Amino acid sequence: MTASKWREALIPLFVFLLTLAAWEAIVRIKSIPPYILPAPSAIAAKLMEDRSVLLPSLAVTLGVTLEALVAATIGAVALALLLSQSKWLERALMPFAIVLQVTPIIAIAPLLLIYLTPQTAVLVCAFLVAFFPILSNTALGLASVDHGLQDVFDLYHATGWQKLIYLRLPSALPQFLAGVRTGGGLALIGAIVAELAAGASGQGSGLAFRIVEAGFRLDVPRMFAALALISLSGIAIYGALAWLSHLLLRNWHESARDRSI
Amino acid sequence: MTYDEPLISLQQVGKTYDNGHVAIEGFDLNVRSGETLTLLGPSGCGKSTVLRLIAGLASPTSGRIVWSSPERRKNLGVVFQEPTLMPWASVFDNVYLPLRLAGASRDSAGPQVRQALRQVGLSDFADALPRELSGGMKMRCAIARALATVPNVILMDEPFAALDEVTRFRLNDELLELQLELKATIVFVTHSVFESAYLSSRIVVMSRRKGEKIDEIAIDPGLQRTADFRHTPTFADICRRASLALREATDQQIGYAEI
Repeated sequence: MTASKWREALIPLFVFLLTLAAWEAIVRIKSIPPYILPAPSAIAAKLMEDRSVLLPSLAVTLGVTLEALVAATIGAVALALLLSQSKWLERALMPFAIVLQVTPIIAIAPLLLIYLTPQTAVLVCAFLVAFFPILSNTALGLASVDHGLQDVFDLYHATGWQKLIYLRLPSALPQFLAGVRTGGGLALIGAIVAELAAGASGQGSGLAFRIVEAGFRLDVPRMFAALALISLSGIAIYGALAWLSHLLLRNWHESARDRSI
Repeated sequence: MTYDEPLISLQQVGKTYDNGHVAIEGFDLNVRSGETLTLLGPSGCGKSTVLRLIAGLASPTSGRIVWSSPERRKNLGVVFQEPTLMPWASVFDNVYLPLRLAGASRDSAGPQVRQALRQVGLSDFADALPRELSGGMKMRCAIARALATVPNVILMDEPFAALDEVTRFRLNDELLELQLELKATIVFVTHSVFESAYLSSRIVVMSRRKGEKIDEIAIDPGLQRTADFRHTPTFADICRRASLALREATDQQIGYAEI
């Protein structure tokens, strides 16, 4: 890593630590009680103290998020391939996908909780929000194949299958990965929202349920501790998917190339 | 070498696109076996459309295209104005593509791919990705892909138009050397008078008036095409004649626009 890259990585970390220090200082100077605003040190202490409760909940939420993301990826790619086969299919099915996308998941979650078990409802919510960005991005990628390359494949009488494997799927990879990056973050939000709805009715065991539960007990430091874990999970999911995307695209796609070269 | 046998015959060929744009109309052309035929003309005269029609990438809306042997039609190489390489695939895989699409395994196609890479001087770059190549090398890779199937007919649509002059001259020389080795029939589209005079055994100057030919210049196939050829009076004569014809075609284009 070059000096400038270190600087790039350290500046946001420095600002973050500075913010935490300011937060800590304000809480201590003003003697703000922990049930109003806990200091970062109190949140960290709570995180350690309650780890036997919070970490299993984190595992539940992350498990659902990843299951939903995998299911959404498989479903969205399959549907995008189907839609790319025919304009009619696209016209017939796309409005349904859009309706699902624009309807707030918080409004769907209570309904799903009536029809499904809480675990399944959480999974379906996370699936629904992750599905659309992957679908629309993959469909866009499949439709944006270079015309010159299409001519080359036509010239050599490529079959539909050969065009799909050697041309359309690799061409759509950058957009697909952008969709998965967005979908990964949204799957976590979907899971949390559904857990909140489920938690409000006294069911569930995920992180959001711990927030609801701690809220009832006015255990604000534990709420913050759970929130910190959710944020860290979101960052980890995004980071992992961004790294995967970089790994797959760095050799050839402009979006993943190092601009300092 | 004889150029008598018409390998491809375009008879009263017309192409009107779906949006109503008439690209070409009532166009006649014979391409003879073994010749390097250049279609020279101003932008929009339909020369690229003629090439696409011959390649089978578009169908004529009127007239017909007759091949002397259907077998030859199957073995075409085309080089487009852009290199049109797969950015995610290595130079080897890009050149291997036509053979892969024909069902050849990587191992069995290896010698043919390496031969094509050798012919264009890219043997040392088989594992490179397109982004690692210069503009001229990318075009060489596209030419190697067209050569991979050892085609009888090579169609080239302004392949060197986007390159700098030094690179273009070098690739012109390399193309002439390749032609000596391959003895293929080449149909070359360009708007460069010098390129057409240097490479061709025959130049057809197309008019903006659809289907009309301004001039047809036959060039002695026995002429030595080396770098010195560019400085000979014969070359200057061919250029002068092609220039005048192109000017006439361009003037027509202006007249066309004024109406």
